[in-house]
Amino acid sequence: MPNVMLRYNDKGELLFYVAKKDLEEVITSIETDDGASWGGTVELSNGDRFFIDPISPPPEFPTTLRFKRG
Amino acid sequence: MSEMTKEQTEALIQEVLEVYPEKAQKERAKHLTVNDQSVEKSSKCITSNRKSLPGVMTIRGCAYAGSKGVVWGPVKDMVHVSHGPVGCGQYSRAGRRNYYVGNTGVDTFGTMNFTSDFQEKDIVFGGDKKLAKIVDEIDMLFPLAKGISIQSECPIGLIGDDIEAVAKTKSKETGKTIVPVRCEGFRGVSQSLGHHIANDAIRDWVIDPATGKEFASTEYDVTIIGDYNIGGDAWASRILLEEMGLRVIAQWSGDGTLAEMENTPKAKLNLLHCYRSMNYISRYMEEKFGVPWMEYNFFGPTKIEESLRAIAAQFDDKIKEGAERVIEKYKPQWQAVVDKYRPRLEGKRVMLYVGGLRPRHIIGAYEDLGMEVVGTGYEFAHNDDYDRTINEMGNATLIYDDVTGYEFEEFVKRVKPDLIGSGIKEKYIFQKMGIPFRQMHSWDYSGPYHGYDGFAIFARDMDMTLNNPCWDSMTPPWKKLGEETAIAAE
Ligand code: SF4
Repeated sequence: MPNVMLRYNDKGELLFYVAKKDLEEVITSIETDDGASWGGTVELSNGDRFFIDPISPPPEFPTTLRFKRG
Repeated sequence: MSEMTKEQTEALIQEVLEVYPEKAQKERAKHLTVNDQSVEKSSKCITSNRKSLPGVMTIRGCAYAGSKGVVWGPVKDMVHVSHGPVGCGQYSRAGRRNYYVGNTGVDTFGTMNFTSDFQEKDIVFGGDKKLAKIVDEIDMLFPLAKGISIQSECPIGLIGDDIEAVAKTKSKETGKTIVPVRCEGFRGVSQSLGHHIANDAIRDWVIDPATGKEFASTEYDVTIIGDYNIGGDAWASRILLEEMGLRVIAQWSGDGTLAEMENTPKAKLNLLHCYRSMNYISRYMEEKFGVPWMEYNFFGPTKIEESLRAIAAQFDDKIKEGAERVIEKYKPQWQAVVDKYRPRLEGKRVMLYVGGLRPRHIIGAYEDLGMEVVGTGYEFAHNDDYDRTINEMGNATLIYDDVTGYEFEEFVKRVKPDLIGSGIKEKYIFQKMGIPFRQMHSWDYSGPYHGYDGFAIFARDMDMTLNNPCWDSMTPPWKKLGEETAIAAE
């Protein structure tokens, strides 16, 4: 259950950053992001997948959230 | 390496690894690689931030060094107590040359060494009482000190002292900021974790308690983060930002103060020079206070120009014009430097091995002088640093992580660079091997190297080292004579 810092990069993509693992990847897809809620399985540019129960209303970035390995 | 191909470099790594026992060989192989710009993520080719192998000569430091020496030490108006035995602080005292203005011993304390000088009885009975007494003494002797940080050395964690409790009570009593830092040397694999711990301590004991403090901010407030003012680096950077119309409200932490740190969340933009040591607090301020941060590079005119424009792009037209003005103004200055030194340095090959930022940031400055960096490596970088390095380095160049004394020597023997930039522990080995060397941690008692002013000094220093007449005297006269007679006899 890593603590993940989420922030936008210069290109406006959402970055997924885990300090302890030096993991800094762009989120390529997210299961639910329909304006009402945000979450589900996220996929990163390196192919890793993580999961978070959908949050509604969607969180404001940058923020830190806890994800599960998915 | 212009004259080495990818295969040759790979073969070189293999050859160097051969002397190790099998297990060590496997382990070290992960830390050495040939640069390939087509690799997007460094994790595919290099492993970093791992424990050094027992038995090899590593050049790393400890977490205490990362916290006391790097992050906290330069905060000039605080007293930093090296809590534990006297050696850790005394042997590292004032070694980093973080310049500051102030009256040392009155309102600033940068070059002084404060220690609780642990003795056997403190280890046996605990040192909390002693710490409380020290805080009182500091408060009495140095009333102008704005705060105290307690930098734990190894024994503190081992004997389980409760420095947080002491800090809390004493802070209430004295009304000053007292920061306990759990940076015992045994934590983590290098000084890198010390940076992180120090950042967290700033977050918990400085930034958060100061939230809500009044500060008259402007639209153009920026901070310089991760510049330790080595030889005056931060000053040489600051004037450029100010000339383009920005207001620098804090320097972290070279020539910095406690008040500046407290005001940082009020800035419009945090400018991050050393990513490795201060990205943690920058990320925190972005999340908690909505202050964006960006990395920049003030080594060498090409990178400075890029950075000034990128910084200005975050602001309005007035600043953008300001940036162009600054770039124009300094062009003749750096052009003269390049004209003078480039012919003397052109084509020279450099190998670097430094801490967590310079192995990539300084490459541009060498390139501005027509030099080429053919090998680079970090003592304590993480993979996000290598991600940022791959594109800066040429293809087929060497990259080494936490290089061992043996590996570094062997690489140098084979690659034969014209100049090496590394630390004091490496300096004399390579000088004795007859290779020009610059100590690139504290600029070999020179500096600044940041900014346009720094570039002029950087170029002069490289020339002074490389073209020093002493390198022609490497062969003793009697051996030279022998050569000549041999030729004459032929
Ligand atoms: S490892 Fe421990 S004893 Fe050694 S310098 Fe660091 S804090 Fe001091």
